[in-house]
Amino acid sequence: MARYLAGRLLLTLPTLLLATALIFFMVRLVPGDPAQVLLGDIENPAALARIRASLGLDRPIWMQYVLWLGRVLQGDLGMSIVQQRPVAELLWSAFGVTASLVVPSVVLAVLLAVPAGSLAAWKHNQPADAGIMAVATLFLSIPSFWLGLLFLLVFGVKLDLFPVVGYVSPLEDLREGLRYLVLPVLSLALIETGVLVRMVRSSTLDVLSLEYVTHARAKGLSEWTVMWRHVLRNAMAPTWTLIGLTLGALLGGAVVTETVFTLPGLGRLMVEAIFARDYPVLQGCMLLVTTTYVAVNLLIELSYPLFDPGVRLEQ
Amino acid sequence: MSSEPPQRTRQAMRRGPGAIIGVGIIGVVFLAALVGIIHTPFDPIEINADNRLSAPSLQHWLGTDEWGRDITSRLLAGAVVSVTIGLLTSLLATASGTLIGAAAGYLGGWLDRIVIAVMDALLAFPSLIMALGIVAVFSGSQWAVVAALSFSYMPSVVRVVRASVLTIRRKDFVDASTVMGNSRGFTLGRHILPNTVGMVIVLATSLFGWALLAESALSFLGLGVPPPAPSWGGMLADSRNYFEEAPWLALAPGLTISLTLLGINLLGDALRDFFDPRNRNL
Repeated sequence: MARYLAGRLLLTLPTLLLATALIFFMVRLVPGDPAQVLLGDIENPAALARIRASLGLDRPIWMQYVLWLGRVLQGDLGMSIVQQRPVAELLWSAFGVTASLVVPSVVLAVLLAVPAGSLAAWKHNQPADAGIMAVATLFLSIPSFWLGLLFLLVFGVKLDLFPVVGYVSPLEDLREGLRYLVLPVLSLALIETGVLVRMVRSSTLDVLSLEYVTHARAKGLSEWTVMWRHVLRNAMAPTWTLIGLTLGALLGGAVVTETVFTLPGLGRLMVEAIFARDYPVLQGCMLLVTTTYVAVNLLIELSYPLFDPGVRLEQ
Repeated sequence: MSSEPPQRTRQAMRRGPGAIIGVGIIGVVFLAALVGIIHTPFDPIEINADNRLSAPSLQHWLGTDEWGRDITSRLLAGAVVSVTIGLLTSLLATASGTLIGAAAGYLGGWLDRIVIAVMDALLAFPSLIMALGIVAVFSGSQWAVVAALSFSYMPSVVRVVRASVLTIRRKDFVDASTVMGNSRGFTLGRHILPNTVGMVIVLATSLFGWALLAESALSFLGLGVPPPAPSWGGMLADSRNYFEEAPWLALAPGLTISLTLLGINLLGDALRDFFDPRNRNL
């Protein structure tokens, strides 16, 4: 087991290294000189050169990469050009906001999707199945930003139940903070539920068609026992992968939902950094998103043996 | 062999009206895009200050926006943008991904290892984040959006095609082709790739939907198709400022995007039933 773990960890290193190089060079391709952005519209070559030197922009680009990577490994992600604060600090607070949106959404989506998907599979080709699939396909087709806007329009503007703009951290004021999170969490969760229901249903149907399920039923086990003990557990493996992918992607990719609800999360930080040409922040965001994505997926992969003892560890 | 396609068609039809609704919706969207190229009732871009935020009426079916522009006309012109970006992205990502994936899977060796390493690194980025990063670099046109989205979806195509080529490669008819003295290129083109066509079509359909959604998301964020060109996502973004006075501004484009995606999803399901009966449950 320890060797399996170490092997998997080692395999992700080249991926992460390549990804960091990509992030660094991609961000460097952005047109426009960040030193000039800092300086504003003033024409002053001497000041420009000084700023360029202080940002390290005058060195060869590969050297900038090596130096940057070295600092990143020490946890130093540089300073935000626009906000004049350490990038790590900005990332940390934005990540907290995103996590408080994404984690409850995914949990809620799983709680809705697993029973609904299993029920649809169990009632295969019956009205319940058709109904659940229709609703799931519908939610799959609604863009999260539109559902968010509709929620804001109905529950925020018309009914005045929830705040329309802003964010209060639940850590500072739990009641007030939760009020700001209800609508974004709900809109994100419903859309993810659409994707998950279809996956749960599909993998449950696959398992239901296997011989051992027929065998279990033939033994006279109750339908509940068959579903719970024999089907659900085995059907969870592909769903689990999708949950991981979703969680990983959303932790960096809830950009549009954060924009609709003006939540100061990671996605929002990244978009603002793009508009402001704030290289260090953009790099930091992409770095954090990528690492989180890879880490979450690695964790999911490492947990396969818990679901399916048949996964061979030495592979 | 000859009885197989009708049976598959019947299987696909069993899914009920979904496939027909899907084809119908997509037909309407393509038609709208065609109409949008030829003629729109009003100029979708020209500003008309006398007619700001007018509610839906006989003259302006879906009302007008904050610049007095007709929403119906903007939706039609936006259909051109969305369909073009969706189709081009789907085509580019599928073509490049199939080429790279097939070469890597069939030739194997070092090429395969390098391709896999690079694709793994690219897949370490959630696709919207990758697209955002690229759009940040090449901002300012709909071609930038196409390039960004194609590049972010290409690795998924590479993986799927490579995996399926690896499976087909071990089949007897491939060995037979090699034994007959056919070149590797001929074997790949004549015997392996045709067997991936169904799967690639299903994938390309999903990609069309993803690209359309991602384009509206990017435009919604202000990083997609630059204004004043109409785009469904951009129209949604603008609607936020006039929530109370003009809620129809948020309804029309959102409903349009959702219906289009619904059509693509239904069509995709039907195609999957047809080409890939093993995954018909998905």
